[in-house]
Amino acid sequence: MTLLATLRIALIALRVNKLRSTLTMLGIIIGVGAVITMIAVGGGAQARVEDQIKSLGSNLMIVIPGSTLSSGVRMGTSSAQSLTEDDAWTIMRDVPEVAVAAPSLRGTAQAIYGNTNWSTTVQGVTMDYFEARDWKMIAGRGFEPGEVTGAGKVAIIGQSAAKSLFGDEDPIDKTIRVRKTPVTIIGVLDKKGQSMMGQDQDDVLFVPLATHRNRIFGTQQGKLRRVSVITVKVQDGVNMKLGEDNVRELLRQRHKLQQGQDDDFTIRNLTEILQAQEASSKILTYLLAAVASVSLLVGGIGIMNIMLVSVTERTREIGLRMAVGARGRDILTQFLVEAVTLSLIGGLLGIALGAFGSYALGSFAGWRTELSTSAIVLAVGFAASIGIFFGFYPAKKASQLLPIEALRYE
Amino acid sequence: MGTNIVAALRGVSIGISEGEFVAVMGPSGSGKSTFMNMVGCLDKPTTGTYALADEEVSTMSNDALAAIRNKRIGFVFQQFNLLPRTAALENVELPLLYTTMPAKERQARAAKRLEQVGLGERMDHHPSQLSGGQQQRVAIARALVNDPKLILADEPTGALDSRTSVEVMALLQGLNREGMTVVVVTHEHDVAAFASRVITFRDGVVKEDRANAPTDARSML
Repeated sequence: MTLLATLRIALIALRVNKLRSTLTMLGIIIGVGAVITMIAVGGGAQARVEDQIKSLGSNLMIVIPGSTLSSGVRMGTSSAQSLTEDDAWTIMRDVPEVAVAAPSLRGTAQAIYGNTNWSTTVQGVTMDYFEARDWKMIAGRGFEPGEVTGAGKVAIIGQSAAKSLFGDEDPIDKTIRVRKTPVTIIGVLDKKGQSMMGQDQDDVLFVPLATHRNRIFGTQQGKLRRVSVITVKVQDGVNMKLGEDNVRELLRQRHKLQQGQDDDFTIRNLTEILQAQEASSKILTYLLAAVASVSLLVGGIGIMNIMLVSVTERTREIGLRMAVGARGRDILTQFLVEAVTLSLIGGLLGIALGAFGSYALGSFAGWRTELSTSAIVLAVGFAASIGIFFGFYPAKKASQLLPIEALRYE
Repeated sequence: MGTNIVAALRGVSIGISEGEFVAVMGPSGSGKSTFMNMVGCLDKPTTGTYALADEEVSTMSNDALAAIRNKRIGFVFQQFNLLPRTAALENVELPLLYTTMPAKERQARAAKRLEQVGLGERMDHHPSQLSGGQQQRVAIARALVNDPKLILADEPTGALDSRTSVEVMALLQGLNREGMTVVVVTHEHDVAAFASRVITFRDGVVKEDRANAPTDARSML
């Protein structure tokens, strides 16, 4: 008997009991749908983290000033102004693992262009900063060395800030006022999207470090070389932990800290944090998929149940088939194909349900979902093997019937 | 059930020649069903031998027996045993599904046999849309579709009224005239009267084995 003929018989047998077949399939449909949806939800969470890693730049850590102790009152992080530009230069020069160490100053200021104004983050940086963050320019040019050292009145603008200030106008060569200082926009940055904390990273205006310090914000006496953040990019393929330790050691030396004394700065290994997040979202995906597979298993038991009923009901048919020449293995194949057909059709409908489910979650609940091909292949393969696994016992039972007894079965 | 061996047939030695029309009679428990199962290769003798067309069958494997049943024997049952909700043509095709014959040829042969039993117009009908006599004729067409040498009918008229019974018997007699060996198991003397030889079982032994001048079923229609 050819497989095609067997398949046809299976389809006829399933069609004869439409409602029963549909209900049995429902178990598999829901199971496969649930697995695919859950993997899509988990995949979405993972993709979000991956995007953040990409937008952050790779192998990144930041050094920020630590807290101060003032008359027994501990101030928060960054309350000390312990980091200097020279710290950054020394890190870059003396720590072999470090590719770039970029000092930067942060502040918030009102920017004014014509009759519009916008409060945005103003950062004083050097060109190293853009290299550390893997941040590309889409128009204009970067700071020239003379502009960095000579506090040039130029600025590079992020996409969101540009949109707020200029609308659809081209910002290049326009002059805006930041606080009281006029600066000329020389470059526009590529879009970065949200940061790990959900802040819009594109709502920003970059000016040379010296411009930030000397022209726009001014600085307290004696704190001339202070910076608020040093962004450190470790070289590719180097252990980040090692780089972190060396940076810490160097800073402790430079800040003349005694053994046992607390650091007066904090190092945050951002890449590591994100990687941990990624790992946990991966675990979440597995967990969701595992829970969903339980329903697939339950669906499989449903198939087994119905196949057993079917074998009992069709005992006479089996006897007749054997009498006219079916061998045991023909009967086995027939019932196995029937079970697999049931689970495969269920699996295919389950894909549709899963695709719809992840789409619905995406558009109604606003969750990010990623439908993955491997999840679909996996779920359908799983459904088919469930059909074989749970269909085998009833099919075996049918194939071992004795023709004379099966024929007389009432 | 149990472990006791019940000898349903004891010391029975029967030879049936090609082209015979044999009626097997006897009350329940006489061993005629066991005889029938043995002849039909549905069961193997515990001891003793059975040769079908000079081929020793009693030692064959189950798969080999299935092949023998498929090629050499056509079965007709009391309850017709047609597949429900399946067209007559597909019912007749059933034995051919277990051969390597391509689908087109299967259908052509099944259709030819249905025409032979006078149901050429009803190939698409399901068993529930056919009368008892028509259903039994579909079953006979199914028995014939593999061109067997032997037709084995177990109470073929048991579920039919007397007129359709005669029709079915006329059909079997017609096949016999064409050279087919026919064995009919029955407990009705009216049915046995159409056979040319009547074997009667009682308590596992042959009580009587006689020749019979068969009534022509066609003359009764």
